Formats: sequence, C-alpha cells, structure tokens
Amino acid sequence: MIAYVLRRLLYAIPILIGVNIFIFTLFFAVNTPDNMARIHLGMKRVTPDAIAKWKSEHGYDKALLFNNQASNTDKFTQTIFFSKSVPMFAFKFGAADDGRDIGHDIKVRMLPSLALAAPVFLLGLLVYISFALILAFFRATYVDYVGVVLCVAMMSISGLFYIIGGQFLISKLLHLVPISGYQGGTDAFKFLVLPVVIGVIGGLGSSSRWYRTIFLEEMNRDYVRTARAKGLPERIVLFRHVLRNALIPILTGVVVVIPSLFMGSLVSESFFGIPGLGSYTIDAIRSQDFAIVHAMVFLGSVLYILGLLLTDISYTWVDPRVRMA
Amino acid sequence: MMLQMTPLWTDWLIYALLLIIALYAAYTRSKPHLIAPWRKVARSPAAMASSIILLCFVSIGLLDSVHFREALAQQKAGDKIAYSGEIISLFDYLVTPLRTHVEKTYSAPLALNLFAMESVEQRDGSIARIFPRLKYGGSHLGQERTNSRSDQWHLLIQGSVLAMMLWLSLCVTLLSVLATKLNTCFAGMLHRIWRGETDLPWRSLLLTTAVLLWVGMVLLQLAPKYHVFGTDKVGQDVLYLALKSIRTGLIIGILATLVMLPFALLFGILAGYFKGWVDDLIQYIYTVLSSIPSVLLIAAAVLMLQVYMDLHKEAYTSVAQRADVRLLFLCLILGVTGWTSLCRLLRAETLKLREFDYVQAAHALGASHWKIMTRHIVPNVMHIVLITITLEFSSLVLAEAVLAYVGVGVDPSMHSWGNMINGARLELAREPMVWWLLAAAFLFMFVLVLAANLFADAVRDAFDPRVQ
Repeated sequence: MIAYVLRRLLYAIPILIGVNIFIFTLFFAVNTPDNMARIHLGMKRVTPDAIAKWKSEHGYDKALLFNNQASNTDKFTQTIFFSKSVPMFAFKFGAADDGRDIGHDIKVRMLPSLALAAPVFLLGLLVYISFALILAFFRATYVDYVGVVLCVAMMSISGLFYIIGGQFLISKLLHLVPISGYQGGTDAFKFLVLPVVIGVIGGLGSSSRWYRTIFLEEMNRDYVRTARAKGLPERIVLFRHVLRNALIPILTGVVVVIPSLFMGSLVSESFFGIPGLGSYTIDAIRSQDFAIVHAMVFLGSVLYILGLLLTDISYTWVDPRVRMA
Repeated sequence: MMLQMTPLWTDWLIYALLLIIALYAAYTRSKPHLIAPWRKVARSPAAMASSIILLCFVSIGLLDSVHFREALAQQKAGDKIAYSGEIISLFDYLVTPLRTHVEKTYSAPLALNLFAMESVEQRDGSIARIFPRLKYGGSHLGQERTNSRSDQWHLLIQGSVLAMMLWLSLCVTLLSVLATKLNTCFAGMLHRIWRGETDLPWRSLLLTTAVLLWVGMVLLQLAPKYHVFGTDKVGQDVLYLALKSIRTGLIIGILATLVMLPFALLFGILAGYFKGWVDDLIQYIYTVLSSIPSVLLIAAAVLMLQVYMDLHKEAYTSVAQRADVRLLFLCLILGVTGWTSLCRLLRAETLKLREFDYVQAAHALGASHWKIMTRHIVPNVMHIVLITITLEFSSLVLAEAVLAYVGVGVDPSMHSWGNMINGARLELAREPMVWWLLAAAFLFMFVLVLAANLFADAVRDAFDPRVQ
C-alpha cells in the first residue's frame, strides 16, 4: 500500500514538470518579459531603464529556458523557467506582480473557499443521490418521467442564472440574507447559506440524472433479481444492495474533486463576494497577473493528481476485488 | 445594389462544415446499417420537436454567416464604387429595422418612453424632468401614442391569425400528401396523426411548428414597430442582440468540438492501437493537459491571445474581423483543452476493438496498420464521436456565458449571450431593475440548450450499443 502510494506520487513529478513547461511556453511564446514589463508599467512612454528595473525586481532579467552565458548546471538554473517553476514544488509561490506574497494569500483565502465548497459538495452529494434514488424507485412511472424532464430542463439553464435569480429572489425581494460579502466565525453562516443552496440546486439536474442512470444500470443486474426473488422488499433491495454497488461508479467522479474543493468556485465566489481562491483567480485573470495564474494552475494540477490517487485508494476500500498493483 | 462579399474566417469554417455534413448525409443514405440509428432518432417525438427548433436556430445562424459590405451611394454617375466600412450579414440586412432602430439608452419591453428620466426643454421653453419618448418604439402611432396597448393587442392578434392560417394550410397540405402516399382517406390520416400512430412523430412536429410559427409571426408584426425585448444601455434592440448571439453560440458549440475531433481521434486510436511507448507518451500528454483546471487553462490561453492581439493591432482592418479572429481562437482553445476526455474514451474502445477477430483477421491478411485503423477501427468508434459531439454542444454553449463572465470569453464587441448577461449583471442593483436583457438571454439560451440536450439524448439512445 505505502509502496503503491509512493510510486504514484513519484509519477506525479513528470506530470507536474509537464504542466509547468506547458504553462511556461504558453505564457512566453507570445509574450516576452519586456512586454510584460510594459503592460504593467503602462503601454506608453516607458523608458528602457524602467523596464530593466521592473524585470530585475520581478526576477525576469534572465534567459528564458537556457542560459548560454552561465557555466555548467547554471545554464539551466539561471533561467526564468527554473527560478519561477522549481520553488513551486516546495509550494513557494513567490510574489505576485503587485508585490504581494502569493503563498500567504493562498493560505488566508483557502478557508473561505473551503467553507463554501465543502458544504456544497457534501450536501449536494446527499441531495443528488437521494433524488436519483427516488427516481430509480419510481422508475418507468410518471414520477420518474417528470423528474427526468425536470433534470434536463435544469441542466439547460446556465449556472449564472441560478446565482442571479437566487440573489434577486432571496436577498433583494425577501431580504433574508445579505446579497454578498463574507465574515469569519459564526457570522459566516448567513453569508454562506445562499451560495451553498444555489450551488446545490445548480448541479441538481446533471448529477441526479447521471446517478439515476447508474442506479438503473445496477438494477438490471442478476444479484438484484436474486434479491427480489428471495422476497426482499424493494426498499431493502434499493438501499442495501443497489446503493452499495452503485457507489463504485459514483466514486470515480466524486472523489477526484475532493482535493480541488480548496480551489473554490470561480463564479459563485466572485458573485457572492467571498474572499476565496476562486475570486482570487478571477481577479488575477482580469488584472492579467501571470504569477498568480501560474501558481493557481500549479496548485490545481497538484490537487487534481492527488484526487486521482485518492480515487484509486478509495476503490480498494469499497471494492475488495480491486487490488493495488 | 452592389455588394462586396467579405467572408470572415469562421464563415469559411461554417461552409466547410456544411459540406462535411452534406457528404456524411450522402454517404449514409446508401448504407442501411448507418441509417438505421438515424431512423430511430427520427421516430423519437422529443428529438424531432427539438430538431425543428434547432433548425430554426441554425438557419438564423447561417443567414448571419454570409457577410458583405454594402456599396455606398454614388456621388455622381461613373464614380468608382466605394464600399461601406461596416461588414454586415444577410441576416442583418433582413432585419434592418431592428438593427437601425437605435434608441438613446435603456427602455423596457414594448415601452414608448425611455427608462431613464431626462431634462427636456418643453415647447414653452421651461425644462421638465420627464421620461422622453422613444425615437422608434411606437413611432407609427404619431404624437398621441395613448392607444399603444390596444395597438399591440391588435398586432398580436393579427400575427396569431396569420400564423394560424399558415399552419392550417401547412397541415392540410401535409395531410393530403400523406393520405395519398399511405392510401387512406383524409380523416383517417388526421385520426392517425392525432393518436400518434404514424411512423414519424407528425403530431409533435406539427405542434412544434405551430408554436414556432406563432412566435415568429407575432414577432414579425411587433418587432418592426416596438422593441419587443426592450433596448440595452446604448439603445440597441435586445431582440436583435439575442438573435445575433445565436451565431456566436452555434459557432462555439460546433467549431470547438470540430477542433478537438482530429486530436482525439488521432491520439486516441494511435494510443489504443499501438500500445507500448506510443500509448505512454499520449497518456502523458493528456494527463498533463487534463490535470490543469480547464477554466484556468482557457483563461491563461485567452490572456495570451489578448496580449498577442494587442501587440499586432495593425493586422485587423475592422472590429468585426478582430472579434472574429478572437472567436476562432477561442474555439481553438476550447477544442485543444477539451479533447482529452474523448481521447480517453476512444483509446479504451480501440484497446477493446484491436483484439476482435475481424481486426486480427485483417492483420493476418497483411493489411497495413494505417488501413486497419482507418477501415476497421475508425468506423466502429464513430458512434462515440457522434454522441460526444452532440452532448458537448450544449455544455459549450453554456460555458460561453461563464467564460464571458470571467472575462475570457468572446470579444466584448461581439454579440453573445454571455456578453448580454455580463452587461446586465451590472444593472441589477438599479431600481427599478433592468431585467429584460437577462430575460432575453435566458430565454434564447434555454430554448437552444434544451433542444440540444433532448436531441443529444435521442442520438445517444439510438447510437449507444449499451442502451440497446
């Protein structure tokens, strides 16, 4: 088990290097450090001295990938790529283009993100699975039909409309909770209720429909027929037999997102003014801060790879047939 | 009228796409095993109803994809013909009243006055704070404009009657054609259609047509005289904006999948067929790509595109061309970031297929790798490709709105539902609320995506061997 996990973690290193190279080429293929400096200093009338100063302050005054002037290993280490990418592996994200420490920002903003994303995830899972179970229980009746139509209609609505509609109805018309904002501690509750509920509703259509298909597929299996033939009531068949076996395919899609919960949600965080990592990223994209985008891409990839690893481990846990190899 | 055709890049791609679809249809017609699943799709009432709606959207999109410049009026005979700098499309030309009736700023749907108060000098010289009259909305009523509601009802009824007449004549024609074809009497055919006993779901087809005709005719009556969905911040008709956005939505939904197809097909089949180091390499590439959160990847790529376009401003002669290049690149980026999941599916399917007897037999008979892949593997994974294209379409249309919100969507000058929502969002705090931009974007997006979803479901049910 430990050997397997270690090996998987080692596999992650080439992938992360690949991610870094990819993002780096993307950033610098069209955009030279001089350009970056010019963008940040304002496009017009920038003296070469100012550009050189900005570059040395932000660590862009080296060669891109390969430094001919240096000797030996310095040829690789005295480059922008090396100095910007390698510290990331130790989770040292450096400074944003406006000089703030990215690592500190991420640490502070992780909690609000998690406070929004974790309840959406857990509550969502509960609601979607229960809804899908109800539909599966009433399969091929009008309840099922109406439910599926509802799901399809709900997944045809853009997530933005759920947020705008919810804010308008709950906060503006009924004045139940504040429209946006965030406070730490117990006050966080009233700011988080609406985003969480909307987050859950927004995913209801597609998730429930998907889980319903999984349940129905599982219900056609032989063991279900056997269970019914034994005279078990449908309730027990559904909850004890079908639900447990359907968990395996459900896990594939679910466990992989758990680590990414830290990243928060881009859209709903910025709509509701929650100071998490999602709104941090959006702000960075809008102000064209490459250092932050780079850091978030790296963090996102790490968390995704972690999620894949967790998925595999959870497989062995729910399905004894799967062995670690 | 003299015209100068100026096809944009995306126009060419759309024409190419039409050609591909025509070729596919021609190829499929002669192959009974290929046409069988499509027959199954055609028997589904929901799929047929949604395909009519999709057809309407696509025709508007196509009309909107024929771009030209109009000739300017000649100063005197014999002058060299000068063309207008503004590129417009055939659709723009058809809905000229919608395009040119530009008010000053916001106005509510079917309103006669502006939404905002302004200081206006009265005839007697005094200055009053009033809601000024609209320049075009209801201008046919003259100065009085008191009977606008009854005029609107009048137009509504007129449109409905027109739609009814058109629909009835359509029904009668269809029924008589079907009755002669099937050798039954007219009433018997009517009975069969009413009971839903026909091979094709004519009942749902006719009902959908009725609704579409009604909406179309009423809009045709109302839209030239009023702003049916109101006007936006700079006074443009919102109905026009929403209709123009159809092309953007369709292009993003279709072209992005088209871009990812070659990557996914090539890499997926190569990986599954050759296994070994090819498989390792391709798996490595798609793991790297898919491990980057997709919105961030798109955002990073679009940011770079923006920088690039800012540095090469001189390459674009008009706003429309600039916006078009950005749209094209957005599709490219969405395609390049989106091929990994399809690639994974195709790889798994190819891994399975390559062990099948007929592939082994082809191998034993000395067929080349290329031949086996193109003749024996590709046709047998096409159902996965088709299902993915249709399923992906609606999610891409929805993604456009989110990307516009994040600030990495289509060019702000381009008409798109995402840009409409984004613009309206800032006005939500206003009292009373400017809701019609959101309503129009919601309505159009919802109808398109719902139709696409229903159609995709039918396609999946017909093509997926697991469902059968």
